[in-house]
Amino acid sequence: MSRPQECLKQLMSGDETSGLYVLMLLSFFPLYYWCFTEESTEDDFEISFVCHRPDDLDILQEETEFSKKELQFLYRAFKNECPSGVVTEDVFKLIYSQFFPQGDSSIYAHYLFEAFDTNRNGCLSFKEFVAGLSLILRGSIYDRLNWAFHFYDLDKDGFITREEMMKIMKSIYVLMGKYVYPSIHNDTPKEHVENFFQKMDRNRDGVITIEEFMESCQKDANIMRSMRLFDSVF
Amino acid sequence: MAAGVATWLPFARAAAVGWLPLAKKTMPKPPVDKKSRNDEILFVNVSGLRFQTWKNTLDRYPDTLLGSSEKEFFYNEDTQEYFFDRDPEMFRHILNFYRTGKLHYPRQECIQAFDEELAFYGIVPDIIGDCCMEEYRDRKKENQERLAEDTEAEMATDTPLPPHSTPRERLWRAFENPHTSTMALVFYYVTGFFIAVSVIANVVETVPCRPPKGSKKDLPCGEKYSLAFFCMDTACVLIFTFEYLMRLFAAPSRCKFMRSVMSVIDVVAIMPYYIGLVMPENEDVSGAFVTLRVFRVFRIFKFSRHSQGLRILGYTLKSCASELGFLLFSLTMAIIIFATVMFYAEKGTKGTNFTSIPASFWYTIVTMTTLGYGDMVPNTIAGKIFGSICSLSGVLVIALPVPVIVSNFSRIYHQNQRADKMRAQQKVRLARIRLAKKGTTNAFLQYKEEGGFQDRGSDSALCLKNRSSFEHQHHHLLHCLEKTTNHEFTDELTFSEMCMTESVGYRTSRSTSISSQQGVSTSCCPRRAKRRAIRLANSTVSVSRGSVQELDTLQVHKTSAGPQSRSSLNARTEDLKLNCDDRDFTAAIISIPTPPANTPDESLPPSPAIPGILRNSRCSSFTHETVKISSL
Repeated sequence: MSRPQECLKQLMSGDETSGLYVLMLLSFFPLYYWCFTEESTEDDFEISFVCHRPDDLDILQEETEFSKKELQFLYRAFKNECPSGVVTEDVFKLIYSQFFPQGDSSIYAHYLFEAFDTNRNGCLSFKEFVAGLSLILRGSIYDRLNWAFHFYDLDKDGFITREEMMKIMKSIYVLMGKYVYPSIHNDTPKEHVENFFQKMDRNRDGVITIEEFMESCQKDANIMRSMRLFDSVF
Repeated sequence: MAAGVATWLPFARAAAVGWLPLAKKTMPKPPVDKKSRNDEILFVNVSGLRFQTWKNTLDRYPDTLLGSSEKEFFYNEDTQEYFFDRDPEMFRHILNFYRTGKLHYPRQECIQAFDEELAFYGIVPDIIGDCCMEEYRDRKKENQERLAEDTEAEMATDTPLPPHSTPRERLWRAFENPHTSTMALVFYYVTGFFIAVSVIANVVETVPCRPPKGSKKDLPCGEKYSLAFFCMDTACVLIFTFEYLMRLFAAPSRCKFMRSVMSVIDVVAIMPYYIGLVMPENEDVSGAFVTLRVFRVFRIFKFSRHSQGLRILGYTLKSCASELGFLLFSLTMAIIIFATVMFYAEKGTKGTNFTSIPASFWYTIVTMTTLGYGDMVPNTIAGKIFGSICSLSGVLVIALPVPVIVSNFSRIYHQNQRADKMRAQQKVRLARIRLAKKGTTNAFLQYKEEGGFQDRGSDSALCLKNRSSFEHQHHHLLHCLEKTTNHEFTDELTFSEMCMTESVGYRTSRSTSISSQQGVSTSCCPRRAKRRAIRLANSTVSVSRGSVQELDTLQVHKTSAGPQSRSSLNARTEDLKLNCDDRDFTAAIISIPTPPANTPDESLPPSPAIPGILRNSRCSSFTHETVKISSL
């Protein structure tokens, strides 16, 4: 036999030896991958710097009901927490969770975020923030009720359905957390929603329109009284 | 809570409008916010560096100094700012905490200074941000270790032995610190010598000696001179046993001592000998006995009591246990992998050394540690390839945990060096403190001497002028203390002399008359012109020569050998008149008033009408004479 053939035979005869060679060849691939493709991960380190500047102070003062000093105060707090000028949903949830340590406030905060984020771009600018606050704190009772309606209307189609209300109700009860008295059953939100719908849904069509909502709320003395509380919050 | 959370509260409350229509009950009334909504800028002046911030910023953390009304204490009306007399550089970090909600630890600052500032401003160090928390913790731990070491070192070596320690305590202390007494030092060196002798004997035992006459075979020296070696072994074991028993006796906690490493080593070192003594001459058992003799090598570990470096090494290995464990584990993994591979690679070869995987372990270890004995070598190509990969990776695997161990060793070693340096520094520092204290005492005594207590006449005012008002007030304070306790200050020299002359002392019994006192010898200060004795009014004074007195003995120095008719040692006031010039002063050391004896209290001591005060006289030449009173 010629020399190469001998070598080949020798290589092939040993049962485990050939397996070893195969193993060796195979093990080169992960090594190659690991060594040569490391550099591409460097690009991920670039953090996108989004910087949003709000409108001028005068414009905001005209558009909202806040005074200059109040706007300054609000903006300083806003900018301190979010130096980039916009609030993302995560930061929003984090801030809100600090006020409700017992329960899980992330769901409610999510709905709240959507209510404030009027242009639906996923982040809350100072203008949106201040506009929302102005409605609630400096607006009329009509404004507040309007805002509440839009808050409940999750898909913003002008109708509050039972499912939407159910979601909101659940999120509010989750805010309370586990340690409450009397303890919350599974049916408690459902009952609450039923009560609400009975009160609000005039024509029993299963959805609440804004007119029904306004009418029912204005007839309810409790709600009207509570709404007036917000005059002194800020 | 995070920084801005307090300022987001109005937003959260506003968002509650979403609950209103759903509410089952009426909402409660909101609290009336009395504070004005107007935010103002506050000025904070820290040692001249002016900071300005919104009041709101500081109000974020109401449980700190700056956030609460406590800062009003530092308000300066004239400049309308808050003034703090603290480090301005540190304040920057404190203020940043208020602004951003995260406390950072500046790496260049001393950890204690930082902690002090935090404590002053009422900030808990736990809120240090994650970015700096590790550094802070490490530095704090290092600092604490250092302090603990220093106090330990102080307590261990510098404290003199408590005066009433039992022999057992003294013995234990002698064992722990051989430098405290010469006996301990001698014992230390003797045991060290015997350990060395024992180890050398063990070693030499096995060296082949010239065979005795009539035999061809080489004998190990142990068997040739077996009697000599046996005697030496016995002597060493006796010493070790004696030492062990003494330590056991002296140990404050016997159970703890018996469990400690050193005592276990001691026991293991001497056990084989005793086992050999008691064991019967049995063939099978003596085989095991031979194995036991191996344990004699443990005697060398007894040297760790004598060498600090060995102890450090042991301590290092203990503290690096996790790294060592990792090293061992990774090595084991690599060994198994490579041994398997080599075995399979070499399996086909005829007459190969790689007979099994465990047999290949030896090759793998020798190759990975780059020893390369060459007793097992691969023959196949695959074997050679894998063998080379094995040796290359071996270097890496071993090199990885070693720096960690080395750095640990270095840290501990330097700590120990530092401990020794600290001890030396401490001695110098103590000497300096003692000197300073002596200086103040001397100043005070001189002050008294120069008539500082009397009314300031015109003449005495001159000598008092070159003292600062601080010194005046300080001395006045010390004088008040003297008056309060009815004792007076004296200085060290005088005090030590009193102790000395106690043995020289003067003996007076209770009934001795004063006239017998006249036979007393002179005081230590023969040049003294005036002597003075004051007698305790209500107590008997007795001085005994060399008897065990709890208090200082009375030395009566009589100036004038006036005959005294009294049986007691009461001295007359006239005799005790101090007719020395200004510089001759007497100060007294108080003794404990004793129960009244047969002494009448006719003659009370003169002014100062303080019973039982010893006065320390000082001659113009600053020699001292002391008058001590002791009472039984």
